[in-house]
Amino acid sequence: MVLEDEDIQDILKLLDASGFDSMQLDAGRFRLVLRRSAEGEDGWTQESFFTTAAPETEAASAETERTAGREVEPSTEPGVVDVRASLASTFYRSPKPGAEPFVEVGSRVSEETTVCILEAMKLMNTLRAGVSGEVTEICVGNGEFVEQDAILMRVRTEAT
Amino acid sequence: MIRRILVANRGEIAARVIRSCRRLGIETVLAASEADRTSLPARLADEVRIIGPAPSAQSYLDVDRIVGAARDGRVDAVHPGYGFLSENPRLAAACDAAGLVFIGPTPDQLAALGDKLEARRHAVAAGLPVVPGGSVDTLADARRIAREIGTPLLIKAVGGGGGRGMRLVRDERTLEDAVHMAMSEAEAAFGDARVYLERYVEHGRHVEVQVLGDGRDVIHLGTRDCSIQRRYQKLVEEAPAPALSESMRDGLHRGAVALGRHLGYRGLGTVECLVDVDRERFYFLEMNARIQVEHPVTEAITGLDLVAEQIAVAEGRPLALTQEEVAFQGHAVECRINAEDPGHDFRPSPGTVRAARWPAGSGIRVDTHVHSGTLIPPHYDSLIGKIIALGKDRDQAVQRMHSALMRLRLDGIATNAALHAAVTADPGFGRGGMDTGYFPAFLARWRETEEANHGAD
Repeated sequence: MVLEDEDIQDILKLLDASGFDSMQLDAGRFRLVLRRSAEGEDGWTQESFFTTAAPETEAASAETERTAGREVEPSTEPGVVDVRASLASTFYRSPKPGAEPFVEVGSRVSEETTVCILEAMKLMNTLRAGVSGEVTEICVGNGEFVEQDAILMRVRTEAT
Repeated sequence: MIRRILVANRGEIAARVIRSCRRLGIETVLAASEADRTSLPARLADEVRIIGPAPSAQSYLDVDRIVGAARDGRVDAVHPGYGFLSENPRLAAACDAAGLVFIGPTPDQLAALGDKLEARRHAVAAGLPVVPGGSVDTLADARRIAREIGTPLLIKAVGGGGGRGMRLVRDERTLEDAVHMAMSEAEAAFGDARVYLERYVEHGRHVEVQVLGDGRDVIHLGTRDCSIQRRYQKLVEEAPAPALSESMRDGLHRGAVALGRHLGYRGLGTVECLVDVDRERFYFLEMNARIQVEHPVTEAITGLDLVAEQIAVAEGRPLALTQEEVAFQGHAVECRINAEDPGHDFRPSPGTVRAARWPAGSGIRVDTHVHSGTLIPPHYDSLIGKIIALGKDRDQAVQRMHSALMRLRLDGIATNAALHAAVTADPGFGRGGMDTGYFPAFLARWRETEEANHGAD
């Protein structure tokens, strides 16, 4: 929302009277698109974009910090399965600071075994192994950020 | 005279505070984490000061960094928004010590209201009814209180809030275990093991009263109903609270003002009450000493700018309005749009919003920091915007809201918008005056329909 709601309502009053169905405003810093709803609903939508970089860009540190686990190559070894993050989150190995980790390299896990906590948006989500076998590698450090689908650990599945 | 304010918050509320400041001709400095340096509030503020890395504990929750940013940004005052440090007496005291105006109540008032037992004592002293219950030091206390108030009952952490640290006990035989667990959870979560027991009101409505005080006088700005909650998190709010008897509404207003006067309250505050539908009574729950997420519904029906009022009383000015001058017109509803997936147990859904088409038009207000291209970081809560619909009456407000939700399009992340659209089309919601049991039952029905529609997906 770049303009005030009042400003947009004033513009929409003019548009309503004009019979136009959309308006694109290109200002120095942003673009605002107002559209008459196409879904048969009476009313308008507003969409804004920034067309210039934010002041003080180069947020490099914030970006690189978020990429843990991304460079981990998928397992090519037969019988070794990658356990991946279900969502972009912070990876925690134990239920609370100072407590024993859920699993270590060498731990036996079953499909239902909780292997870590993934914290996103102030919610703690437990992640289950999803396979049974033995943990052979933990690829991410405690407290690191991981992207969705990042490889967190590897499990050698049991021969069946 | 406040000329320059540090906005010590993020997201939609930071953007909203900056807008009011602009209108008032006040300059703004935004205290932002690394993750928020390109956010909408960062673009709107006159100056941005990076206060630390993304995790809140090292940025938005760090009193020293906030006060440091205020000093370096040469501001006169600090607006804490909601959440984070907004009700933390240490920030208020640190501002006082640094010669800065804290836009909120005094440190003593924050300390009193942050401790649930002390807040309850103040409410009793001000003549407000409280839910039958009491504090628990030993198991013997717990058994005695449980016998007095009966089951079902709630165990609450004294240091808790926002629904955290609560536990429901339906069977007295499970009381002992539940008290033990509640105490250790409270210790772990809040560093304070104290708990108290309260009668659990089966058919309750969550009704709150907005108050505004200047340290001498206090007025109310009407009621809000926030009974639509999931796990104690509000999802839909409206003002005024519908379907209340005049005597109930009047009692709520008078009670809230009495508590504010008793405290000599300065600032914007919300007196939260539980309305027992079966007994036609209300009880004080807690008082929130900050601006609330749902404040726009009150603004919609009063025509006031609550941030501007907050700044005025923080400057030490007397209230600009008398109670008689507060006029209520129409009905307003707010839906909180969260980046979470109701189809997958409300799993958080951070990520980049590729396209954000928000509704616009008559009676519609949108408070958001999210536009096309915004990255929703995983570090903070999932609120990405609020839609507020004002109508001449509740029916019109609900209809406008539903239509607005149907126009909303957010691509790239999952949101709860479809759930809101379903709620606002539900005849049960349409009738108004639902208790807190309505939404869980609605959600169960909604899930069944969704599953039927999507098959095994």
